[in-house]
Amino acid sequence: MKPSRRDFLKIAGASAAVGLGAVPVMEALAASGGHGTSPKAQVEKWPEGLTATHWAMVVDVRKIESAEQIEAMVEACHTVHNVPLLNEKRHEIKWIWGTHYHNAFPSQPHEHISEHLHHILFPVMCNHCQNPPCVRACPTKATFQRESDGLVLMDFHRCIGCRFCMAACPYGSRSFNFRDPRPFIAETNKKFPTRMKGVVEKCNFCAERLAVGQLPACVEASDGILTFGDLGDPDSEVSQLLKENYSLRRKPNLGTGPSVYYIV
Amino acid sequence: MNDKGKIVAGLVIFLVMVTFPFWYNLGKAAPAPEIVLSAQAKAAGACVLPKAEIKTEHMQLLDVWRDTVVREGQRVYVNAEGKKFDMSLSNTCLDCHSNRKEFCDRCHTYASVDPYCYDCHIEDPKENDQ
Repeated sequence: MKPSRRDFLKIAGASAAVGLGAVPVMEALAASGGHGTSPKAQVEKWPEGLTATHWAMVVDVRKIESAEQIEAMVEACHTVHNVPLLNEKRHEIKWIWGTHYHNAFPSQPHEHISEHLHHILFPVMCNHCQNPPCVRACPTKATFQRESDGLVLMDFHRCIGCRFCMAACPYGSRSFNFRDPRPFIAETNKKFPTRMKGVVEKCNFCAERLAVGQLPACVEASDGILTFGDLGDPDSEVSQLLKENYSLRRKPNLGTGPSVYYIV
Repeated sequence: MNDKGKIVAGLVIFLVMVTFPFWYNLGKAAPAPEIVLSAQAKAAGACVLPKAEIKTEHMQLLDVWRDTVVREGQRVYVNAEGKKFDMSLSNTCLDCHSNRKEFCDRCHTYASVDPYCYDCHIEDPKENDQ
């Protein structure tokens, strides 16, 4: 027996009515199992934390004498942040490192550069740009610029390892974990997480140390070469240093607005 | 309806196969895991949230903590009792619950969830200190 059109429409209508009737039931079920944190709880910052409107670093290149000084900064940073030591160049992870003048300032070198600048290593790291290209490149917003103080930070939870940010960064400040980093960390700092295979990492200007009132690890280990402070405050040490001395920034013509300055 | 027998037989076999896990495991429910509180956790007496809440909602709490710490730079959690906590999985949660195998893992295994927190967050900060 072939069902008539009339019967078919009746059954279709009845099914639709049953389906619609289920909507409020589903909604009630969804509402009863509600998730969320306790409304009475609050979040705040540590009172001793350091705050600024624009964190910046000033490198006094005149004080650099040896590669050991740079090594001390690298050591301090990489120990605090559980940065693995991978000897193979293409797997290397670095947050801060030393490089020569012609690499740090590729548009400026010439044959008659001063002996001192020619020989020393420049400490380089993430420039925490005011107009960061990595943030624009990131498809998941894992890399972002913190509104309160301009730090360019990473949410490793969200990084999908696409490496667009590495292509976008003109300073090579970012490294990718091609391997599980844990076996290559000599001494793990329990206070700071490690990273996992497949995420990008970079210098964070020690956001976790600033939050508890400490200066960045490299600054503490730098013997006065590095000065860290608030460029938004005209009386801060960094503002004063920049006011009184001639300084360079890396690749300024790209318009990224680096926050790391070099007094040469 | 010439193939009535085949269709009905097919439907019966289908139903039996679909419901197989249910009636096969009937009455054989695995007992809920017993979790062991570490000495520090026992001494502390209370967690960040009341026990029932933390049991069902610790994942949501950690998710909120993650965003608040990483994105907003707010690192202190003040609970309903006014007690302050550093919002850190490694340094607060796992510092107290330092027995991951007997505490976290037992429930996670039972519920068949595999959180990837420990890929980066170092569990058990004290035990590994030596």
